[in-house]
Amino acid sequence: MSALDAGNEQVIATYNFAYLDEQTKRMIRRALLKGIAVPGYQVPFASREMPMPYGWGTGGVQVTAAIIGPDDRLKVIDQGADDTTNAISIRKFFERTTGVETTTATAEASIIQTRHRIPETPLTAGQILVFQVPIPEPLRFLEPRETETRTMHALEEYGVMHVKLYEDIARHGHIATTYAYPVKVEGRYVTDPSPTPKFDNPKMHRNPALQLFGAGREMRIYAIPPWTEVVSLDFEDHPFEVQAFDRPCALCGAEDVFLDEVITDDRGGRMFVCSDTDHCNRRQAEGHAGEQAA
Amino acid sequence: MSMQDNDPPLMRVSNLTHMYGDRIGCRDVSFDLYPGEVLAVVGESGSGKTTLLNCVSGRQHCTAGTISYRMRDGRLQDLNALSEAERRFLMRTDWGFVHQNPADGLRMNVSAGANVGERLMAVGQRHYGRIRETADDWLGRVEISHDRIDDRPGTFSGGMRQRLQIARNLVTGPRLVFMDEPTGGLDVSVQARLLDLLRGLVDDLGLSAIVVTHDLAVARLLSQRMMVMKDGQVIETGLTDRVLDDPQAPYTQLLVSSILQV
Amino acid sequence: MYVAVKGGETAIDNAHKLLADRRRGNRDVADLGLDQIMEQLSLAVDRVMSEGALYDRELAALAIKQARGDLIEAIFLARAYRTTLPRFGYTQPVDTGRMQVERRISACFKDLPGGQLLGPTFDYTHRLLDPALAGGAAPETPEVRDPDGAPMMRVSDFLGQEGLLEPAPDAADKPVPDDIARNPMSYPMDRDARLQALARGDEGFLLSMGYSTQRGYARSHPFAGEIRIGEVELEIAVPELDFAAPLGRIQVTECQMVNQFQGSAKAPPQFTRGYGLVFGQAERKSMAMALVDRALRATELGEDLTAPAQDEEFVIAHSDNVQATGFVEHLKLPHYVDFQSELNLVRRMRAEVEARTETHQEAAE
Repeated sequence: MSALDAGNEQVIATYNFAYLDEQTKRMIRRALLKGIAVPGYQVPFASREMPMPYGWGTGGVQVTAAIIGPDDRLKVIDQGADDTTNAISIRKFFERTTGVETTTATAEASIIQTRHRIPETPLTAGQILVFQVPIPEPLRFLEPRETETRTMHALEEYGVMHVKLYEDIARHGHIATTYAYPVKVEGRYVTDPSPTPKFDNPKMHRNPALQLFGAGREMRIYAIPPWTEVVSLDFEDHPFEVQAFDRPCALCGAEDVFLDEVITDDRGGRMFVCSDTDHCNRRQAEGHAGEQAA
Repeated sequence: MSMQDNDPPLMRVSNLTHMYGDRIGCRDVSFDLYPGEVLAVVGESGSGKTTLLNCVSGRQHCTAGTISYRMRDGRLQDLNALSEAERRFLMRTDWGFVHQNPADGLRMNVSAGANVGERLMAVGQRHYGRIRETADDWLGRVEISHDRIDDRPGTFSGGMRQRLQIARNLVTGPRLVFMDEPTGGLDVSVQARLLDLLRGLVDDLGLSAIVVTHDLAVARLLSQRMMVMKDGQVIETGLTDRVLDDPQAPYTQLLVSSILQV
Repeated sequence: MYVAVKGGETAIDNAHKLLADRRRGNRDVADLGLDQIMEQLSLAVDRVMSEGALYDRELAALAIKQARGDLIEAIFLARAYRTTLPRFGYTQPVDTGRMQVERRISACFKDLPGGQLLGPTFDYTHRLLDPALAGGAAPETPEVRDPDGAPMMRVSDFLGQEGLLEPAPDAADKPVPDDIARNPMSYPMDRDARLQALARGDEGFLLSMGYSTQRGYARSHPFAGEIRIGEVELEIAVPELDFAAPLGRIQVTECQMVNQFQGSAKAPPQFTRGYGLVFGQAERKSMAMALVDRALRATELGEDLTAPAQDEEFVIAHSDNVQATGFVEHLKLPHYVDFQSELNLVRRMRAEVEARTETHQEAAE
């Protein structure tokens, strides 16, 4: 039967729970299990076309679709926020294809799909963080060939990674990589944390939650199981440092969080507010206030 | 440094053959290389000398024959039996490879300091200051001015690039260095300076080397022993001075006599 | 007081309503029917079917309508639907020798059994805009070949008889083909997987890559051995039956390039093949595919690798327009967080430079 026979309105009803067919979900779950068994190793998987474009989160969406069940509660963020357009679009996709409950509260979610941030609220055991990954290969911009990077991983030839950091220090006096900052997972694989700011790297280390990474266009899945060692690459005399902001959030007064710069008027006025909207709202509800709070 | 008759060989090559389909790359080549010895392989282009170099340096598989290497623990190891990981480790620690074109052996898009430091980082050194110090020291030894440490090789002259490539190879203290026409493509005056430098380093460090060249003057200056190749086979071998002063094979005689006597 | 931007959800809804309105256009103009697209824009339908990797004319027509004529968007729609369909099995290899041919030409032989058959081609038309077409003039009734005519032997089979042309790979060597939609691609690829990737590769990209081989970037001395367009029978092996069960017929375009080859360490001098097979009538795509297929066989045939078209990773990794368009367009998505990090870094570096300059000036004074 052609999909058209059902009539345009009902087409979506002919899709499986969470869009993907069960065969495909099993294939993805096998890749996930392998990824969990070999932390930080990029497992090739037969990525499917999804109804959103490549580069817009198809890897993360496939991972979420493969693990989500009717009892899950899903949170989707982009740039730390629940209300950015792509986060809304993905959340609506899962609402429509699974009917599961969604939430914006980090603590209440069983699955959190994210692009570019790790929530400020510490995750707990049993939660799963699903990252959308554009380029899973941390060596890609040093060596464009897949055949060569595969060998480099197999033989742990990671000297070239430090060459890049050496160059940063030689040129700038400090390491000038600010996001997608490479990490070594469980002392073995050098891994790309996805384009999260390096501010979030320490959160990956011994995190009680399961961290899953999906790269749809590049057809790779990798994982960091709970409590895994995740070390950001550095030099002994130039240790890894996270970004520091010289002021608290203007709305909730939080310090030690990642701030977005917001331009407030056309005379160059600007303010700094939490990139994690849930964290900011919760703090405001608890009575914390920054200098520009209502 | 002189080699001693009772030293065991560092590398032993037996009946090495490499075929390109039906065509011979090199055939039935055998030789021993002793610690501290420099062996020159000479011949015209197409004589099989580069094929031989690529095979013995593990950059190319050979069709038949064996290559054994004395590891640092004294054991003679068949190189074909090494895993890819062990082979690559050997290549970046105990061996060096100097290409004719420095761009093939350098990272052209990173600084001179990083080029020299890369091997140190590859074997696990993680102290920026010390890596830089070592790189700086090596730049000095190959006569590159210290204020060029943060410049990219693209801004270097041909001779400087070649010296940088040599420093990059020697920084891990290898015991064996392979060189493919190391002075090819350089001006005559630059060649002389580079050969001088190379001879000094080889002596100071007690390096063994296999140098492929079509230039008999390079062989004369650098090597104690030489092999003459033609059509993929070794046609004459012996002490360098003997082969050059009293060539036995007609082809070697032709080769030697074709050099302008000054 | 500053309030963080909200209401993204409403904005999306409104944008999509506007899209639907613009897609429909002026309501005084009749709505475009899928039958009109299938019948009158059939080459667009063919392209969506082949690069969407879904042989369904009606769905392809719907995709074109929904995409407002943007064929890459339509291909994307077709793929995203196709990917959810269960895989029942693989058909038997199609026998293009038994094709019901509508067009068949060879640039190698002036005449051959079955003759040259031009079919419905743009070739030899003068590219003059035709005002009569705008007025909806009815075309004359064409002469057509007897649809039950005898099968035409392939040019490659004539050449193969003399041993001048390398034999086609034997299907028995690989009874179960690779399936790039089910298995992750990995390099180096086998030719079956590579051909699958090329078959759904972007027509424009393959055209340019094929063209580059003609301009000297991995020149392969190609001759259009044969191009044939027509319907072929699909059959599937059913374990319960002794014979292969027919599934129906599909239209395909096949191009066999014949390339002069001097021989190498790995293969004797002979003509070699480049192969293209595409759904529907898609002559340009099938020819480009055949050129690129031949170029990508460089390693197998022992040729020097000198040009982009011979670089399997480069060609295959960048040939899929659904992947390419997604990633290029994803630059529209917010990158606030990364940009913020870079902003801080650039500020810090500028401050450092300024501080250094001031120190120098003070020292100079």
